[in-house]
Amino acid sequence: MDLNAGIASGELSAEEAAKAYLAVIEATEPKVAAFNEVHAERALERARRTDSRRRSGDDIGPLGGVPVAIKAVLCTQYGKTTCSSKMLANFRAPYTAAAVEKIEEAGAIVLGKTNMDEFAMGSSTENSGFGVTHNPWDLDRVPGGSSGGSAAAVAARQCVAALGSDTGGSIRQPAAFCGVVGLKPTYGRVSRYGLVAYGSSLDQVGPMTRDVTDCALVSRAISGHDPRDSTSLPAEAPDYLASINTPMDGLRVGLPREFYSDALDAEVNQAIHSAAGVFRDAGAEVLEVSLPYSRIDRDAGGNLSSYAVACYYIVAMAEASSNLARYDGVHYGHRTARDVDDIIELYSRSRAEGFGQEVKRRIMLGTYTLSAGYYDAYYNKALKVRRLIKGDFDQAFKVCDIILCPAAPTVAFRIGEKAGDPLTMYLADIYTISVNLAGLPGLSLPCGLSRAGLPIGMQLIGPALSEETVLRAGRMFEKASGVARLKPPMIQGMAAN
Amino acid sequence: MSDKRIDLDTVRHIGRLSRIELTDEEVRTFSGQLAAIIGYFGKLQELNTDNVEPMAHAVELSDVFGDDVPQPSLTPGQALANAPQRDGDFFKVPKVIGDS
Repeated sequence: MDLNAGIASGELSAEEAAKAYLAVIEATEPKVAAFNEVHAERALERARRTDSRRRSGDDIGPLGGVPVAIKAVLCTQYGKTTCSSKMLANFRAPYTAAAVEKIEEAGAIVLGKTNMDEFAMGSSTENSGFGVTHNPWDLDRVPGGSSGGSAAAVAARQCVAALGSDTGGSIRQPAAFCGVVGLKPTYGRVSRYGLVAYGSSLDQVGPMTRDVTDCALVSRAISGHDPRDSTSLPAEAPDYLASINTPMDGLRVGLPREFYSDALDAEVNQAIHSAAGVFRDAGAEVLEVSLPYSRIDRDAGGNLSSYAVACYYIVAMAEASSNLARYDGVHYGHRTARDVDDIIELYSRSRAEGFGQEVKRRIMLGTYTLSAGYYDAYYNKALKVRRLIKGDFDQAFKVCDIILCPAAPTVAFRIGEKAGDPLTMYLADIYTISVNLAGLPGLSLPCGLSRAGLPIGMQLIGPALSEETVLRAGRMFEKASGVARLKPPMIQGMAAN
Repeated sequence: MSDKRIDLDTVRHIGRLSRIELTDEEVRTFSGQLAAIIGYFGKLQELNTDNVEPMAHAVELSDVFGDDVPQPSLTPGQALANAPQRDGDFFKVPKVIGDS
């Protein structure tokens, strides 16, 4: 990475770099509002220590001096860990998340915690308890969600990279809306220790960066086995950077026929097919594959319909209702100030006051689908459909190496446009949720701009543990298409970073 | 959104199971929204899953054990640092056990 190389050689100091990025934050935050907290003093202190290590001849690490931002869902022992929820508005974590420990061990300078949909529940960052983040490409539009703050911060050049989390598309969809690169790793590839749990069988931490090479670098830093997370895969992560520019002879790119219905915005459809053409021109074989259980139709009422979305939301909400039971006003988090008669009232009032509407909806739906009389029809049924959805991918990967599809069905929508109908918002995730259900790696990267100048994101999906393939294919696309490091108009006037 | 609603008593019941106190307005709003979403979930009934095993986890790891060796953990002070109400090393709560 250029910045890290510059700092390691002494050309530029880490302190100067940190100050420069903090200045961008100060200049752009009134418009973008990507951050919940900025830890300026701590960042400058760590930057100064990086410079002094460099002067002593010590290795500053592959991300030494590189300013990064951390989604508010990840625990840090400094500042607060709020998940952008009033429920955790004053919570100070007693330990730091594994992914944050690792990125700091690699030398990165954490600038602050970014805004998100509360408890990672949402697709627009409009569900934040602390205000909306604005898309740097068009301030009237959402940055996507739930990692909207992280995506916007990278796009607005407030930091070089950010960590997000992805349960149903929460890295990949905001990456697409903000014109940046985002990777959801194979489930278990990155430790979930210190990641506040939403859907434990779906959640993953991942990088959000300006280009695929930086994504490979940050992925390498945060991946690997962690004995503190019992779902952490024993496999050691390869050095993604070593192979990133290696040509991919005979790459087979699959296009799922079920994803290209009239559900997809015409411009996005065209951009994805152009991207397929770029792969073809670069020597790859492009073929049609089939993912029947991930198919997208329209129902009689004209609404989008997808088994995978139903399956995902049943599973995610059931897991959420269980995971969010811990917020009871007793151990940490918000406690009602009202006089209560008994402990049940303490729980019920504290939770009513601390949680926003979307969180309440999901907890209640999860509780309903797990309750006696409904468990088999909903939750157990969804787990069977989950196996069928994964089976489709296993079949497809017998004839192709990666799958190419949209990261989102549209470009970024306007703030407030979908806020009235929860179901419409859930359907923003149609291209991302299957990947979480199947536990596969998914890379979101920009493939062009719409006629109105908004980023369009494509998604590359690979078999389990194939991040190396997916990243190499993404790099191949960047080189062949020239689409990389897109800059929103609002920052084009600023001094080059 | 469809006109279907879940009856208000069921919504209140779910609220109680979820330990979330709901206002009358929330009960009314949720009765419509939850019905629409649960109606959507019903789509899965179209699929034949007779011979399919449920899959809770995409990655088939099981019996992940650690060595039975004590490791450093949180001190009582750290564990209670965020407690809304505490009494020494205890979290304070309203009386749990009834008088009867």
